[in-house]
Order: sequence, then structure tokens, then C-alpha cells
Amino acid sequence: MTSVVVALVAQVGFALLAIVLALSLSGRRRAIWCGVAVTLIGIAGMWAGIQSLSGVRGRIEIPIALPIGNMVFAPQHLGALFMVVVGAVGVVTAIFAIDYAEGSANSRTSWIALALFLTAMQFVPASADVLSFLLMWELMAVSSTVLVLSEYRHRVQVRSAALWYAVMTQFSFVMIVIGFAILANQSRSITFASMAGSATHSASSSLAFVVLIIGFATKAGIVPLHIWLPRAHPEAPSHVSALMSAAMVKMGVYGAILVATELLPGGPPWWGLLVLAIGALSALYGILQASVAVELKRLLAYSTTENVGLMFLALGAALLMRTYGLSQVADYAMVSCLLLVIAHAAFKTALFLGAGAVIRATGESDLDKLGGLGARMPVTSAVFAIGALGAAALPVTAGFVGEWVLFQALIHGANPADRLLAVVMPLAVAVVALTAGLSLMTFVKAFGIAFLGRPRSAGAEAAHESGKWMQFAMILGALAVVGLGLIPGRLGVQSATLASRNSVGITPMGGIKLLKISSLLDPLTLLLFGVAVLLPVLVKSILAARRSPRRRVDLAWGCGGMRVSPRMQYTATSYAEPLSRIFDDVLKPERDLVVTHSAESQYLVERVRFRQHVTDIFEVRIFVPVVQRFDRIGILSRRLQNGRIQVYLSYSFAALIVVLILAAL
Amino acid sequence: MSTDALMIALLQIVVMIFLTPLLIGVMRQVRNRFEGRVGAGVLQPWRDLRKLFAKEPLRAPGTSWIQSAGPILLMVSSLLVCGLVPLISTIQSKLVPGDLFVVVSVLLLGTVALALVGLDAGTAFGGMGSSRHMTIAALVEPTVLVAIYALSIPIGSSALGDIVRARIADPSSIISLVSLLALVALGIATIAETSRMPVDNPSTHLELTMVHEAMVLESSGRDLAWLELGSWLRLGALLGLIGSLLFPWGMATRPTVLGILLGLIMLAVKLLVLGSLLSATEVFLAKLRLFRVPELLAGSFVIALLAVIASYVLEVR
Repeated sequence: MTSVVVALVAQVGFALLAIVLALSLSGRRRAIWCGVAVTLIGIAGMWAGIQSLSGVRGRIEIPIALPIGNMVFAPQHLGALFMVVVGAVGVVTAIFAIDYAEGSANSRTSWIALALFLTAMQFVPASADVLSFLLMWELMAVSSTVLVLSEYRHRVQVRSAALWYAVMTQFSFVMIVIGFAILANQSRSITFASMAGSATHSASSSLAFVVLIIGFATKAGIVPLHIWLPRAHPEAPSHVSALMSAAMVKMGVYGAILVATELLPGGPPWWGLLVLAIGALSALYGILQASVAVELKRLLAYSTTENVGLMFLALGAALLMRTYGLSQVADYAMVSCLLLVIAHAAFKTALFLGAGAVIRATGESDLDKLGGLGARMPVTSAVFAIGALGAAALPVTAGFVGEWVLFQALIHGANPADRLLAVVMPLAVAVVALTAGLSLMTFVKAFGIAFLGRPRSAGAEAAHESGKWMQFAMILGALAVVGLGLIPGRLGVQSATLASRNSVGITPMGGIKLLKISSLLDPLTLLLFGVAVLLPVLVKSILAARRSPRRRVDLAWGCGGMRVSPRMQYTATSYAEPLSRIFDDVLKPERDLVVTHSAESQYLVERVRFRQHVTDIFEVRIFVPVVQRFDRIGILSRRLQNGRIQVYLSYSFAALIVVLILAAL
Repeated sequence: MSTDALMIALLQIVVMIFLTPLLIGVMRQVRNRFEGRVGAGVLQPWRDLRKLFAKEPLRAPGTSWIQSAGPILLMVSSLLVCGLVPLISTIQSKLVPGDLFVVVSVLLLGTVALALVGLDAGTAFGGMGSSRHMTIAALVEPTVLVAIYALSIPIGSSALGDIVRARIADPSSIISLVSLLALVALGIATIAETSRMPVDNPSTHLELTMVHEAMVLESSGRDLAWLELGSWLRLGALLGLIGSLLFPWGMATRPTVLGILLGLIMLAVKLLVLGSLLSATEVFLAKLRLFRVPELLAGSFVIALLAVIASYVLEVR
């Protein structure tokens, strides 16, 4: 029994413990002890992952009655990396939930679902065969649906959000089942190892590839299958949104990597192109929607689509380069994909937890009603700022490292001999660059509007800092963002596959070194350099401050008038107005402008009412028509059931005749 | 090697701190003369800075630590860029090579600091400037990265020092189609990034048009001094980079005193020439409407993309 096995079994034990605690305790004590138990699940998962990464093998076989072999859990290198990520996110969110879970988020059902959700997410990447993978996948899907439904009594939208989520997640499941069925049929086995061995490049392989990618892309929130994300994230409790966005969505990425690099390696070029294209589309569309979003968690949800898009882009680029014989650069694209996964897990946890703290403190999640929270919630604002830096991929955060490696891979990934690559790679660079630029704008908006300026509502005015455990969890998240950004070397090496391990190096200061293309990034040195130039600036400031201290005035610069009302500040909507105008064709915002004139003269305006709503074109153009079509079929099929027993008897009779005819053939 | 590189980076920073206010002074003076005015003299930016440092900064209620930290962050970002970009010499530290992506993201750190300063006081003007500034920054980024990508292709490295060194070794690459396209794109991006005409009018206070000035309205005293100096340094560093790419001769490739001195003089000359040219062109340009700016930037992006694709298609191997 190796340490990996012990850790895996321990997780199940802790999950059972959490269930027992959730059933037997109540109130505040339930929150504390269940929180501890779920934290332990996360720690055990991290431990299992770290042990597997360091080379310890573990294997759990569960005999089942079916004649298709045992269920096997045996974490491999790739899966282990995802287990560490999921475990870490689980730990931070569970600590946050100790203070955060109140009311319906602190119910028995919620805690049990949370424990099962986290455990299932650890076992998905540990699975070594289709059956255990699918079982755990479904457990993950169902428990997360229950969690999204937590607050169904408080808000009507929760039900519709959960319905959308349930439908999409089951759609994803069906796709994955079909894809694996094709593969299992080819290899006559359900273990991943034998599937990988019998990869062929027939039409059915291509079919399996496409179907599996659709399934995993749905889970990952790739455009146009992303529509559940901006609905489910805002309605779920914040620790659940953090867990879903930072961890669960990554299971989709894990699945895509598993299929593309292990189960069906070396496919035709269009496979890579397909993955790259949907990634690029998601990155651009996601960040465009995020940049004009005004609801804080909706913004974060669209940003998840963007980040997952970048991961798919990196994966697609890796596949494409590999088919064109640039396997070394392809390895770096893969490394960047995994670094983006890790970075996104870190900063999205910090951001969603920060958003949760804001919503708890103010009762508002609409950016247009926040403002001035920096002074009222210093810890939350610092954490959110660091998370936002990470999301905007600025130094020295984990997000920056991921994008840096991606850029390096892309600019070295074109080979003049291949015209396709010579066009695709520059476009990919441009997409990533535009995405980075827009995400900068998005997160300046999110942080600046929510935390700076003056409060735009009574809720924001009365905000106060959140509880100790919430603060502690948020700080952990922020530390991860900065820590992974400062010393990314180890992580970079772990992200490389075992075969390409020696192509990534570590600099003396813990930075990352891409040996084959002789590029290196040493964020810690950069930071030290920054501190070195900061010192004289600081000294000059302090000297100047001694001579002429800061003076408080009522009105620094108010256009010569009195202090204007907080409503006259720029809001999130107005901040994004130039962008929504520039990208009008894609975003299609609906604007209502009602001008009420004064009774005395039509030239005097009494009141102006402006409302803007940005819809999702994919939802309006694709999903709404499909749903309507299904509704119509449903209505038509009502005629079959008219309540008359004679008709039902004739159905049975007809069915019997059909069966007899079939049997006779 | 590494200590040399560090010394040169520090030297670049110190030199730029002294040179850029002069550069701004010259640019303003050129503009004044073209417009038939006497002008305040090339030393006026220096006098402005001294005055601002002596004044007390005002603080409106509701402003946060960003008010004082933002300007310092902008300053640090600009100084770092001055240290990382090859200006005097192509010698670069092994640990922090002037990698293009690092330089751009350090620059963006300053952009963000400026935008947050604009939002901090919670006035309509600050928010307006900040929003426009970030919109432009977001749209400029693809141009910058793709343009430098084009320059990096022939040598297979994104370190700016290597790119400049390769240009010294092979001067014909400077006037190649790829290089010229990339430089034009980079020039437009620089203008947009440093708030010059026709994207932003640096000398306006008209609410319909201002971008940069709107963000710094609420700052005063040393805060404003840092914001001004930081923005000037950005302009100086980017102009210097274009100068190095366009005319790399005279830059020190080895750490000798004479070479560095020559590099220094060349830097001053290049900055003054480019600055005067920029300023002279600005006299004849009208500011673009804000919603025409994306068209300009889209154009520059297309040029940059052409440069990349041309470098693959035209390359003979």
C-alpha cells in the first residue's frame, strides 16, 4: 500500500466523515467541522497528487460484477498535476466556507454535496479506465448541480440557472460516453492504457475525437457551449463558484488533454487547428463579454471562458506543431497550457472568494452599485487586486508566467516551410495579445469601479471587512497567485511531460528557463530590480513629504462647483462604453433611452432613463431557437397522450405487432 | 558580464531621468516655434518638476492609498522599462534579458497604475480618462506584440538586445520590407501608448477630447510630479527603442568606457531628432475623434501582421 493509495482512501474516509458531521451537527458547529473535514479532503487530494508527481505509483482496483474488468484508480503524471490543483483549490475554498456558509449554503445537503463534489473531482483525474472516469464524472456533475441549487429559495433565477447547468452538464456527459464508446469499440477494452495503444487514424477516430472534444469543451465552458457558465456562477454560493470555476472547469481541460495527447495522439493537422480555433474564439468572445459585464460574478464567469480558451489555444497549438514536426516547441505550448491551468486556478479562486466577500458585505453584486470598498474592506481589496493582476497577466503573478511561456511557444512555433503555421501562429499571437489587452481593461474596471471611488449604494457605504477564516482563505489564494508567479521554475518542470522533462530548466532564483529556445524568465530578479529602482523614488517621496505634508481638502478639483454626487462617477457600464461601441457588431447591446421632457417646454429635459443589457449572441442565436424547437416538439407530442384508454391499448397492440414482425425477420 | 549589464541598466535609468525632461522641453519648444510662439525654453519641464515636488499634494475625501502609490508604481514601471530596453548598449543582463514580453507587461503595469489613479477620486473626468486610456491600451497591445514578433523572427529570439545586435551585424535588415512595416506599426503603437497626437492631445483640457490629462486632474504636488515624469520616461524609452531599432550604430556592444560614451551621445542625438520630428509632425495633425482611433489602431495592426507574414513568405531558405 503506497502513500498514494493511503491518500486516496483517506479522501473517501474524510468525505464520509464530512457526511456524518453534516448530518449530526447543526448551525455554526456544522459549518466549522464540515469545513475542516472538507479541507482535509483537499489536503489528502493534494498529497496524493504530490506523491504521484514525485514518482510514487498507487493503484486501487475495485472489482465489479460487469464482465468488462475492474474499476481502476491509478493517478498518472498528468492527472496527478490536476489532483494537486483541485486539492489546493478545495482547501482554500473549504476554509473560506467555514465563515461564508450561512443559511442555505450551510444546510446538510450543501455540505454533503460539497464533500462529494471535491472527492469526485479528485478521482476523475485519478481514474485509469472509462467506467470509473464516467462514474466519478457523473458524481461531480450531479453534486455540483445540487450545489448550484443551494439558494433556490431565495432567488427565482437560481432554478433556471441550475436547469441550464444540468442540461449542459448532461449533454457533456452524453458526448463523452459516445466518444469513449467509439474508442472502447476500437480497442476492445475500457482501460485508458490499452486505448492509447490501439490508436488508429480512421474516420471513427476522428469522430471520437470531435465528440469527446465537444463533451469536454462543454464542461470547460468553451464557446458556443459556455452559456451555462455566466448563469451558474452568479447564482451559486461564492465558494462553490470558486470551486467550479477554478477546479471543475479544469476537468474539461484535463479531458481534452487526455484525449488529444494520450488516447489519440498524432492525429491529422485539422484536429489541432480545430482545438486552436475554438480556443481562440472562446478567448476573444469570453473577454469581450467580460469587459462589458456589470455583474461581478458574471464578469468572472466570462473571464473563465476566456482563460479556458487560452488553454485550448495552447493545446491546439501544441497539437498543430507536433504534426508539423516541431515537437520541442510543442512541448513548451503544452507546458504553457498547464501553467495557465495552475495560474487560473490560483487567481480565479482569489477573485471568486473576493467577490463572495464583497457580496456578503454589501448585498450587491452589481458593479454599478459598488464603489469605495478599498477603505472599508482592505484585505478583500488587496486580495482582489492581486487576483486581478493575475487575471490581467501582469508581472509578477502566475498568470504572467503562463502567458509568457505561451507567447514564447507561439513565436517559435512557426516554420517558414509550412504556410499554414506561418499564418496561424501570428494570428494566434494577435488573439492572445488582444485578449491580454482586453483582460487588462476588464480587471482595471472590476477593481477600480468596485474598490476605488466613492460608494454608489447604501450597501457599499455600510460594508465591513469579512470574517477571519474568509480573510485567511483569501490571503492563501492571493499568496498562491504571487508565489507561483515569483518562483515558477519548479512548476514549469513539473508541467513538462516526463519525456520532455530536460527541456525546461530552473534559474538560480527559481525562474523558468526554456532551454531549447534559450529564453528565460526570472520574476524574482525582476522584482528585486523593481525594488531597487523603487527605493530612490520612495526616498524622494518621503523627503518631499517631510517638507510639505499631504493636505486634506473637501474639494480637490470639482469643476469649480460643489462635490458632485457619487452617482456622477463613471460606472462599470460607462467604463466599458467605448469598447461596447467599438465591438457593437459582436456584442449587440440593447439600449433603452427614455427622455422625459419638462411640462413647460419640450426643450427642457426633466429626466433621462438609460438601461443597457448585453445579451449573449450565441444564446440568442443558437440556444433559444433550439429550446423553442424542443418546446414545439413537446407540445406536438402531447397529442399522443390524450388520456383515452383505447388509444393507449392500441399503442400497446401496435408495439406488440412491431415486435412480432421484428422477431420474425 | 552580469555586473556590466547591471551598471549599464542603472546608467540608462539615470541618463533617461536627466534626458527625458529635456526631450519634452525640446518637443514643446519645437511645437511653440512652429506655431509662432516664443516658448518657455527647453528647461521648463525641469522647473515644473521642481515646483511640483516643493508643493503640498491635496487629498480629497474618499481617495485611497492608490492616490499616492499609483504615481510611484507608474514611475517604477517607467524606470524599469528604461533599464530593460537597449538604449545605450546592447549588453543585457543574463537574468533579466530585455525580453519583449516582459518589457511590454512592465509598461502595462504603469498603464494600469495610471488608470487606477484616474478612478480613485471618483470624479466623472477621472473615470472618463481612465476608460478611454484602457480602451486604447487594450487595442494597442496586439500591434505591439505582433510588430516585435516580426522583428524577432529573423533571429529567433524575443530579447530586444539580441534583435538590436543582429541589426548592427546586418544593416541591410533594417531597410527590409519586414523591418519597415514593423517599425511603422510600432511607431503608431508608441504614439497611442504615450498619448500623443493624433490619438490624444497632450496639451488639451477639453473634456470631450482629453485622455491622459483627465486621469491626472485630481493629482497634485509630488503625485503629479511622479505622474508627469513617469509618463515622460515612457515616451523617452519607447522613442529610444525605436531609435535603437532604426539606427543601431554607435550603441556599445562591449562594455568599454569609450563605447558607452559614444552610445550615450548617440542616444541623446537620436532622442532629440526623433522627438523634434514627432513634435513637428504633431503641429500638422488634428486630433482624431475618439471613435476613429480604433480604425488607426486596426490599420497599424494589419501592418504588423503583414510584416510577420511577409517575413515568413519572403524568407528564402
